[in-house]
Amino acid sequence: MSQTGAQPTAYAGLRRDAEALAAPLPPLLASAEHLAASVMPGAHGRRRVGQGDEFWQYRPSHAGDEARMVDWRRSARSDDALFVREKEWQAAQSVMLWLDMGQSMQFSSAKELPTKAAEARRIALALSVLLIRAGERVGLTNLGMPPRAGQVQLMRLTTAFATQQDEADYAVPDLRAAPFRSRAVFVSDFMGDLEPVERALTGAADRGIDGAVLQVLDPQEEAFPFDGRTIFQSMGGTLKHETLKAGDLRDRYLERLAARKDALRRLTRTIGWQFHTHHTGGSASAALLWLYTALERGH
Amino acid sequence: MWSIGPIGFTAPWLLLGLVLLPILWILLRAVPPAPIRRMFPGVALLLGLTDDETQTDRTPWWLLLLRTLAIAAAIIGFAGPVLNPKTEAAGTGPLLVLMGGGWAEAQDWTSRIDRVDALLDEAGQAGRETALVTLTDLPADSDLSYLSADAVASQLPGIRPRPWLPDGDAVLDWFAAAEGRFDTFWLSDGIEHDWRAPLLDVLQDHGSVTVFESPRAVVGLRPARFVDGNIEVDAVRNRVGSESVIGVAAHGLDPSGTPRRLARFDIDMAAGEDVATGALSLPAELRNRVTRFEIEGVRSAGAVSLTDDSLRRREVAILSARDEREGLRLLSPTHYLEQALIETADLIDGTIDDIVLANPDVIVLADIVTLAEGEAQALEDWVREGGLLLRFAGTRLAGSDYGRDQEDVLMPVRLRAGGRSVGGAMSWGEPKALRPFSPESPFFGLAVPEDVTVSSQVMAQPDPSLAERTIASLADGTPLVTRKRMDQGQVVLFHVTANADWSTLPLSGLFVQMLERLAVSTRASALSAEDLEGTVWTLDQTLSGFGEVMEAGALPGVAGQRLADAVPGPDLPPGLYAGENRRIALNVLNAESSFTAAVWPADVPVEGFAVQAETPLAGIALSLALVALMVDVLAALALSGRLLGTTAALLMVGLLGAPGARAQETPQEIEKLLAATSEVSLAYVITGDARVDQTSEAGLRGLSEVLFRRTSIEPAAPVGVNLEMDELSVYPFLYWPISENQPRPSTEAYSRLNRYLRTGGMILFDTRDASTSGFSTSTPNGRRLQQLALPLDIPPLEPIPGDHVLTRTFYLLQDFPGRFISRDVWVEAAPEDAERAEGMPFRNLNDNVTPVVIGGNDWAAAWAVDERGSPLYPVGRGFAGERQREIAYRFGVNLVMHVLTGNYKSDQVHVPALLDRLGQ
Repeated sequence: MSQTGAQPTAYAGLRRDAEALAAPLPPLLASAEHLAASVMPGAHGRRRVGQGDEFWQYRPSHAGDEARMVDWRRSARSDDALFVREKEWQAAQSVMLWLDMGQSMQFSSAKELPTKAAEARRIALALSVLLIRAGERVGLTNLGMPPRAGQVQLMRLTTAFATQQDEADYAVPDLRAAPFRSRAVFVSDFMGDLEPVERALTGAADRGIDGAVLQVLDPQEEAFPFDGRTIFQSMGGTLKHETLKAGDLRDRYLERLAARKDALRRLTRTIGWQFHTHHTGGSASAALLWLYTALERGH
Repeated sequence: MWSIGPIGFTAPWLLLGLVLLPILWILLRAVPPAPIRRMFPGVALLLGLTDDETQTDRTPWWLLLLRTLAIAAAIIGFAGPVLNPKTEAAGTGPLLVLMGGGWAEAQDWTSRIDRVDALLDEAGQAGRETALVTLTDLPADSDLSYLSADAVASQLPGIRPRPWLPDGDAVLDWFAAAEGRFDTFWLSDGIEHDWRAPLLDVLQDHGSVTVFESPRAVVGLRPARFVDGNIEVDAVRNRVGSESVIGVAAHGLDPSGTPRRLARFDIDMAAGEDVATGALSLPAELRNRVTRFEIEGVRSAGAVSLTDDSLRRREVAILSARDEREGLRLLSPTHYLEQALIETADLIDGTIDDIVLANPDVIVLADIVTLAEGEAQALEDWVREGGLLLRFAGTRLAGSDYGRDQEDVLMPVRLRAGGRSVGGAMSWGEPKALRPFSPESPFFGLAVPEDVTVSSQVMAQPDPSLAERTIASLADGTPLVTRKRMDQGQVVLFHVTANADWSTLPLSGLFVQMLERLAVSTRASALSAEDLEGTVWTLDQTLSGFGEVMEAGALPGVAGQRLADAVPGPDLPPGLYAGENRRIALNVLNAESSFTAAVWPADVPVEGFAVQAETPLAGIALSLALVALMVDVLAALALSGRLLGTTAALLMVGLLGAPGARAQETPQEIEKLLAATSEVSLAYVITGDARVDQTSEAGLRGLSEVLFRRTSIEPAAPVGVNLEMDELSVYPFLYWPISENQPRPSTEAYSRLNRYLRTGGMILFDTRDASTSGFSTSTPNGRRLQQLALPLDIPPLEPIPGDHVLTRTFYLLQDFPGRFISRDVWVEAAPEDAERAEGMPFRNLNDNVTPVVIGGNDWAAAWAVDERGSPLYPVGRGFAGERQREIAYRFGVNLVMHVLTGNYKSDQVHVPALLDRLGQ
């Protein structure tokens, strides 16, 4: 192959790959923005007195207030008391996202349903949009991406969401990059081994991190509508199970699924986190609203 | 043909294939269904689970059985099975098949034709020459022309029963001329005729006679008659053995002009009786619509009895000017009219609009001058379509300028101002008597009594047309009654009053006779031959042998006296004969007809019509095999887990065909209605916008849950309502979100919506735009709302007043927020005169549920919850938002309470409790 002949082809290939790479970005971000728009945007204050820009309340001054703190305009309107203007405490939080990028998330049971991965990414990115608009810092633990604020970070997250892919069948959470006393959100189907999840969650609790766990499931995983002789395979093909009568397994499968959810719920409650299950067929905005309020709670 | 029991086989050797079935069984048994591979992330949870029962990887026995059965059915099918194979042989020599062909045979015509067909088949197999003769249509030449049985069979479809019976003399004459030997198959109608025995003798001279007769009784209806306000109909039959019930239906046109069954009644026939009477009492309006009576389930001309004008009573509407003098009955303008007509006509009254809608035969206007523009037009249209407008003069007509300068459409002549008065205290001359009626007048022939005198009248202007329009005049030649024809109707003016003020005419018997001649009233009795002398009648509608009523087409007229007591025949077919202004029904049976059953001599064999036909079963066996194979396909799919719910449904639909699928809709709808009626369910209008509909559904679900938790209303799941198809009346409350591009409902849907609103339903319109438009056309949804609500019957509206019952049906509220807070919510306006009583916190407002509530606060979004009960859409921010959602729920609770309890909380009984709660 000669150099001169190869170069235009290589450029064209690069261009094609780049376009293919960039292709999912605008729709993903647009869809996430659309989802985020359904939840009221804006900086959320702490509903307590502190450092910030927003007016919070006037209070009568008492001993110890410096003269410069007195709001003379308000005080002039009253007869005798002096009033102090207080601001609402606003402080940016760090929120670390962990998004399951494993193969198992690539599953969708029907053509009209999105894959679990797509749904999880959309919700996570929409949450990021909301948080960044509210002035918070958002990071992604999958890449060790530290929490930062601003639109550039949003673009970085979008790129990461759109391109990142894990080879493993069931991904393992990690919270290495999470700062102490920050917040974290785990989004996964939690179909794999629970042991690493448990370790990550308790480790996070030890470091004062608090947050929410969102389990994304396909409706078929909840229903197990199978019958007859079937060989089940995991998405990556590493696990396999054969049965002659799939219908007989339904009850026991559902029991195990319920037990798993229960375990997750108990675990999260122990460490003060919150747990919620979302189905890809359901309303994404409801899940987003839940996530948003879950993070807002406890402030 | 080889046979087992009643089943024979055309190719019995194929049955040897059944021996192969056990081999097939063993072969099929070894091939199990293949497994499916499925991608499934949940496999991690499946690891370690074992199957409960160790199932062999062989085909299950029932599937094997099914397949074996399919093969067996196919083998048997190809072997050509036949049920009741024919083996017997028939006689020899020429054969005469004799059919009556009268109406009495129509009721089992098909089985007769089938029997003849079977006889001809047998004759054809035996090679016999055959002739077919129907007694009502005797061949023109007197020879029996024999043909091959096939050729005769090809004539069969062309034979139809006639609506009359064979003419005995003609039949006997014709057969007297028959020659040669032949056997006869006689398909008798089972009725005794005077020519039956002689004909049998003639036929037996030529050869053997076999009679075929139906065991069913021949039934017929005599003409209906009018007795003591009831319609009586006699049913007759030929076999008197057992008691039976004959159902008779009265048919006619309904008000929309569609033929339908108007009434039905039963006639009980006791055992041993051949005639019984049934009576039917109908309202006059319905009775006039009856065109025929029919025995249910019997198709023959004898089972139909056409009705004519003798059953009709004319409907006469009498309108008079308002009576200023109270209680003077004898002076009332219409008293004598009512007395003259009450016996023979149905009187109706009301306003002109209502009366014209009821479409009476005659409208009488007694001294009415002024008519509103619309009323005059409606009257004119009604007259032109055949109405008779009868007007009487009076002081008002005489004193008005009506019809002076130019002829009014609704007056026969122009009138001169003032009228005239003769023979009074202030005038010369004697009261005038009547001149005898001229031959052109419809009153011609009526005797004029001496004592009928006229002292006042309105005078006609001498116009060129006056002479021809005058149908009665006074002795001095001035017109007394004038008439003008208008298209199919006519306007008649009596130049005197309808009471005795101006003349003694209304006191005389002549008045009644004149009304009768004008066809204002009719006599119930039938017309005699003398009445019909000299008249000509044309056949308007005729009866077929099967009793179907058909248009007669153009036929020559029939002299009236022939109709008087005629027996229908080829030259006088039964049906409805129309004369100048009446119609006469000539029925197959007359008032005296009766039948008896035919009795045959012992040497004549009598058979029924039943034939045991050869039935080939190959088709059934083959389709059985095919069905078994299809079931096998489904079963194999189900066994291997490939059969999912939807695919199964699709396959079933595909197999059973679309008709089955359509037939299922109705029970589903009925179930939906039953569910809606057995429990309260909130309903929303399906707009076609999936997003809006989901929100409505989720919103009403949220509201239903709140209602369930907090109040005694326990609603079922909310229901989406399709305005075009669903019944609305079962839902007390409709939520109608307005979306920009929702389709406009059809006119029928609007009429149902209006009925819904009038009968107590409520619709909550939600423009979902925070009412920023104030319901003008400035937002798309506002515009759409205006378009959608335009045809609805909505009363005047006002913004919810502070004391509206909606503010206190359950919660005490003053705001009605949804996702948006807007005070702009509109309800039916309170009456103008609502007043607030002293010491009361609210006015005494209108006494019903407001039919609509219109707002734009997007309530459904505020109420919406998902399956787990958590809200779907954020409302406001933080605590204030949650509070707003709570108030939105409270508004919903109040609204549904208002729908279900009406203005209960408006009752002043609740005032003390409310005052207490309001802290006053």
